[in-house]
Amino acid sequence: MNRRTIILLKTLTWLGCLAPLAWLMWGAVTNNLGPNPTQNIAFTTGNTALNLLLVTLAISPVRRIFPRFSWLVRFRRLFGMFVFFYASLHLLTFIALYAGFNVSRMLSEVVTRRYITAGMAAYLLLLPLAATSTRRAIIKLGGKRWNRLHMLIYPAAILAVIHFWWQMKPGVLKPLDETVALAVLLAARPAIAWWKRRKERAVTV
Amino acid sequence: MFIGKPPDIPSSEVTSESEYLRFEGRRRFLRRAATGAAALGAAALGADRLAAAIDPRTTVLAESNDTQLKTVYSPLTTTGERLTPFYDITHYNNFYEFGVSKSDPAEHAGDLPTRPWTVRVEGAVKKPRTFGIEDLLKLRPLEDRVYRHRCVEAWSMVIPWVGYSLSEFIKQCDPLPSAKYVEFLSYYDARVERWSHQDATINWPYHEGLRMDEAMNELTLLTFGLYGQVLPNQDGAPVRIVVPWKYGFKSPKSIVAVRFVERQPRTTWNDQSPEEYGFYSNVNPNVDRVPWSQKTERRIGLPFYDQLRTTLMFNGYGNQVAYLYKGMNLSKYY
Repeated sequence: MNRRTIILLKTLTWLGCLAPLAWLMWGAVTNNLGPNPTQNIAFTTGNTALNLLLVTLAISPVRRIFPRFSWLVRFRRLFGMFVFFYASLHLLTFIALYAGFNVSRMLSEVVTRRYITAGMAAYLLLLPLAATSTRRAIIKLGGKRWNRLHMLIYPAAILAVIHFWWQMKPGVLKPLDETVALAVLLAARPAIAWWKRRKERAVTV
Repeated sequence: MFIGKPPDIPSSEVTSESEYLRFEGRRRFLRRAATGAAALGAAALGADRLAAAIDPRTTVLAESNDTQLKTVYSPLTTTGERLTPFYDITHYNNFYEFGVSKSDPAEHAGDLPTRPWTVRVEGAVKKPRTFGIEDLLKLRPLEDRVYRHRCVEAWSMVIPWVGYSLSEFIKQCDPLPSAKYVEFLSYYDARVERWSHQDATINWPYHEGLRMDEAMNELTLLTFGLYGQVLPNQDGAPVRIVVPWKYGFKSPKSIVAVRFVERQPRTTWNDQSPEEYGFYSNVNPNVDRVPWSQKTERRIGLPFYDQLRTTLMFNGYGNQVAYLYKGMNLSKYY
């Protein structure tokens, strides 16, 4: 991968990741967000955060299986930061448009609505990951500890999917695609590790 | 001076479009002027739904005479509420046979064959029979009835329905004294409603029910139209039930059968989750089994800073319906 290709791909990634926000802003300016703009904004920001989280989680397994794509790791932080960006917009939608900046209402919702509890927990798990995303933080923490800390992405992803399911009416399967994708991505990790071990053993024997 | 009964106002005049738009425009201007930068900021954010009322899409009320219904005034109409724009009523629907997204019914319900249409009457009646939609439309004068509509998902609308009390129809059905409940079945054809099993596991056809005295309450509406026109398909054409003091899912769309029964019938959402969706499902801010709080609601069609409002017991129709539940523990029979 030469420098120019990487820069080009990064530009495209930025544009792609900003597209959902641009779409919302365009809808806002043209008053085209549908009959329930609040719900539309909440769904678009939350759904984008979850989908980008799945993209982030796909990078490692793809690299392991196809070593020629190992340069993909250079995009992981970018995707991760956009996950945090959309999750923050999603939280802001809740604070501003659902709770109307009313702190007591917000707290009671977080405590009594299990889907909001799950969503909030997922967001809190993302916070230390976003805070330690700089090169300096990695050096300061040391690779091993940084890696261990960043395993929080797994419970965060699971909580995000639970957050999605818990708002559905019984029998409505809208989050199924994301759930299957997450299950595959989580299962891929031990599966790839096992496959690599077997290959190594075959080489040494 | 002659003081007679209220004049028969066609619904096109109840909500005269130009009047409505003028009102909207004025209100919008005042709001903007009063809240200045904040409102402009809101408009820039675009959540300003006031603009929706002057959106050309809200004026898609058909001009042609064959969708227009001749209607009369009803004293049972709800007053003092701003009507939700036609566009919002027809583009924000829960009609899962046509898909689970709010925008799906408007896109997919076009193929619903609303003519010819019959409604079977069966069960505990003197004589089972079938009514054609034309007969139903002629049975009684069609009334304009504005009702608040409260969805269990905590949003609400104000809809100018057209129809007459279901009790008028039930009298024509000659139910036996043993009939204690009424069950309704919605149209179902998997070839037409190809989206009914996409993203959902629901036992079709949609089935709902009411206790006999609830069905006989004069507010319960056999509904044929809204905004003075025949029902758009996505709103339950050609005939549906509207029960304004219950959550929206208690108001089945596109009904093909009315069955009088002795025991409490099974109902779709109660089958899906008896814990969350009770048989009664009266609008009740104090009971929320579902994921969403029922204390407040979001009024669709208003600017976002004006949408949240307190949910009223029985959706504000307590004076007319509270007697039905006297002595009942509504936290148990939710």
